[in-house]
Amino acid sequence: MQSSVVGTSVLRKEARSKVTGRAQYVDDLNLPGMLHGATIRSSIPRGRILDIQFLPGIPWDEFTIVTARDIPGKNIVTLAVDDQPYLASEQVNHAQEPILLLAHHDKDLVRKARAYVRVDYDPLPAVFNMEDALARTTVIWGQDNVFKRFQINKGDVDRVWDQAAFIVEGEYSTGAQEQLYIEPNGMVASANEDGVTVWGSMQCPFYVQKALMPLFNMPPEKIRVIQQETGGAFGGKEEYPSMIAGHAALLSWKSGKPVKLIYDREEDMAATTKRHPSRTRHKTAVSADGRLLAMEIEFVIEGGAYCTLTPVVLSRGTIHAAGPYRCDNVRVRSTAVATNTPPHGAFRGFGAPQSLFALERHMNKVARVVGLSPEEFRARNLLRTGDTTATGQLMTDSVDLPALQCRALTLAGYEEKTREFAEKNPSRSRKKGIGFATFFHGAGFTGSGERYLQSVVTLQAERDGSVTILSSMTEMGQGTNTILAQIAAETLGISYTSVNVPRPDTAHVPNSGPTVASRTAMVVGGLVRTAALKLKQTLLDNNLLPEGYSEDQFTTAVQHYTDHCGPLRASAQYKEPPNIFWDDSKYQGDAYGAYSWAVYVAEVSVDIVTGEVQVDDFVALQEVGRVLNPVLAAGQIEGGVAQGIGLALYEDVVWRDGVMANSQMTNYIIPTTCDIPPIRVFFEEQPYAYSGTGAKGIGELPMDGPAPAVLNAVENALGIAFDHAPVLPEHILEALGRREAA
Amino acid sequence: MKSRRISLIVNGVRHEVDTLPLRRLLDVLREDLGLTGTKEGCGEGECGACSVLINDELVNSCLVPVLQAEGSRISTIESLASEGTLHPVQQAFAEAGGAQCGICTPGMIMATMALLSTNQQPSREEIREGLEGNLCRCTGYIRIFEAVEKASGQHR
Repeated sequence: MQSSVVGTSVLRKEARSKVTGRAQYVDDLNLPGMLHGATIRSSIPRGRILDIQFLPGIPWDEFTIVTARDIPGKNIVTLAVDDQPYLASEQVNHAQEPILLLAHHDKDLVRKARAYVRVDYDPLPAVFNMEDALARTTVIWGQDNVFKRFQINKGDVDRVWDQAAFIVEGEYSTGAQEQLYIEPNGMVASANEDGVTVWGSMQCPFYVQKALMPLFNMPPEKIRVIQQETGGAFGGKEEYPSMIAGHAALLSWKSGKPVKLIYDREEDMAATTKRHPSRTRHKTAVSADGRLLAMEIEFVIEGGAYCTLTPVVLSRGTIHAAGPYRCDNVRVRSTAVATNTPPHGAFRGFGAPQSLFALERHMNKVARVVGLSPEEFRARNLLRTGDTTATGQLMTDSVDLPALQCRALTLAGYEEKTREFAEKNPSRSRKKGIGFATFFHGAGFTGSGERYLQSVVTLQAERDGSVTILSSMTEMGQGTNTILAQIAAETLGISYTSVNVPRPDTAHVPNSGPTVASRTAMVVGGLVRTAALKLKQTLLDNNLLPEGYSEDQFTTAVQHYTDHCGPLRASAQYKEPPNIFWDDSKYQGDAYGAYSWAVYVAEVSVDIVTGEVQVDDFVALQEVGRVLNPVLAAGQIEGGVAQGIGLALYEDVVWRDGVMANSQMTNYIIPTTCDIPPIRVFFEEQPYAYSGTGAKGIGELPMDGPAPAVLNAVENALGIAFDHAPVLPEHILEALGRREAA
Repeated sequence: MKSRRISLIVNGVRHEVDTLPLRRLLDVLREDLGLTGTKEGCGEGECGACSVLINDELVNSCLVPVLQAEGSRISTIESLASEGTLHPVQQAFAEAGGAQCGICTPGMIMATMALLSTNQQPSREEIREGLEGNLCRCTGYIRIFEAVEKASGQHR
């Protein structure tokens, strides 16, 4: 038997191809006779299309031009609700909405031609923010501009307000945030009567397949989707690739040639999805001794012009809104509204960073009103084993949250620094502050989601003794290939290098569900293990594997089996852990199979002359179940923390008439090497009983905590509360100016 | 504008390419020479994914008209590994976890080559400044810093 490979930092499977530049991303793919595509988009936020003109100066007869009329099947991007067309034909509902497609073999000419298509519109009134959407002054979607509402009720908040020693209210908001994967979106397609094949940058090959089937009116076996190496995604390549794949395939269908459609950065930022802007209102009742009596929360997100994944994002944000606190009376009401902006979508954390930002800012406010320190107030109210969450889920984890919080604060030197900063800040022009957030993140699909997915993984033993993992899980930098190979290798007792993880191709892999929701390690990792156990059992049942077999003996066994019995394969399908119950109509029950827990501490300095905030130190302590690969796991945390610092301090989407005005890397600022503090990552490991590998979710967790921790630290530094993320230097200078004036 | 023949020395090999003189060096490398290890992230010189060395100096190849590189020595990521052996900087990125999605990695490695050619033992602060022109969205940079330290023989 191999010594344990799970829990070690083996090199990532694609390490070599990535450091040599040989990894094949979609833009590196060139097919013979390939054309280059481009998308003509709406320049107005809402209106009727009156006329499309092709201006002189371009050899239009050489171009392939696709409009909605060329679509062989249904003009709908199939996802949750059938409201979004592939190409607008009569009306546009947001700026940047696709109207028409062009292709030509000359890439530069295609780019130039975009400016020579003129679309005339009859503008209609548009809605640009959630207040106007909720006020229904103009109805732009359905009957009431509402994509979805949820309500969680636990106990009875209305009975409590009279008995409370303190009632604390607050309002918090977050802006849109761009995923800003460094590889822009792109697809290559080849389509004809025989079928459609697309290659591209994506998270979910089977989402793309499902969307292309009705577009071309073809069965799944005629739609083949192949993932290329994917240069970052973070949720931003969850649903929009279905749009781009459809466009590339339509151009190929009409031209009879392969077509490459790669977005440039500006197009990618302006047209594709971003994190939903949010507004959260809290009203909290607290007893004289600082116990939470009631939490009333109203959570609203802006969804853009089409529904896409908005209800699912709202769901996760709603369930996370009351956080890791015990409170007998909770009411969460949430609403997702339509606006005439490009649809917002998945971005790491998926609604939870928004509602947890509000909660963890509000907990500091409540603590202040009650007269307790933020840490003492939280410690009195954190969930303990045997408590229930807002949805009534019984906490069976043995994680000790107050102890986790205590450890994180000790690691950060919180107590000493709080004292030191209070003492020295009055004489400093760079004010220092420290703050933290205590939070959780549910792993896997919400509620019954995993049960509906019925994910499958197949393992195939090759004659040379290597084993291939067939799954639809995509590698986009987070380490899927590596951890799945580690799990298979350890379970089979073979070396890590003997496990192959090819990139998903829907013609060859089963549907293991989408690569989202921090589900890969926990859910699919467990399926890999189960399939590996079955595969091994087959060899054992045939008396081919001796006790304590070597890798050579494993190879011999596989050869013997395949020579006499045919291909050796084993599959595993998801089965829900026992005692999981979720009521979708009441939003009650076990929202997630498992939660990961974390306490993040940020130390900042604020320059009161320039208003700039620098994060000086960051401690990220979490319990994520078993850590499968320490280097990859820490990399997930560090990367998530950096994006969270971006959300807190830098990443401001500026809207102008429903379109992103700063859709360039020059004016949309993400953290650089100089903006990132030392990020000190610590894990506690309590193996999760039902994942097979002990792992829980890790990918999204680190997105939830940094923004509230940083803003809590800024408040600690200045004594001024900022309740919108991002907080920019101008906000800080304005607030300092107001305080001076007062 | 007319095409003209431009001579480039790329990874030690002389190439003559017939091209519009104002085409981006990035496109000539990727499309004419098939060197797709150099990536395009933004096309406006902000992200550094297209970083290459021209006469040992770090540049964003999306901002360089090919004419400007005429007769110069250009080094791309493809110049580093030889005979299947990774360059120590590549090895360090692989081991430290400095590459996640990998799209910024070739540029980041070329920026590291430029940094280490002038400063063989950079401090953490010097590494931060040296790589400031290269954006990464996956790693939070921590493991990239460690890779550079590892490559320069500094173990923490």
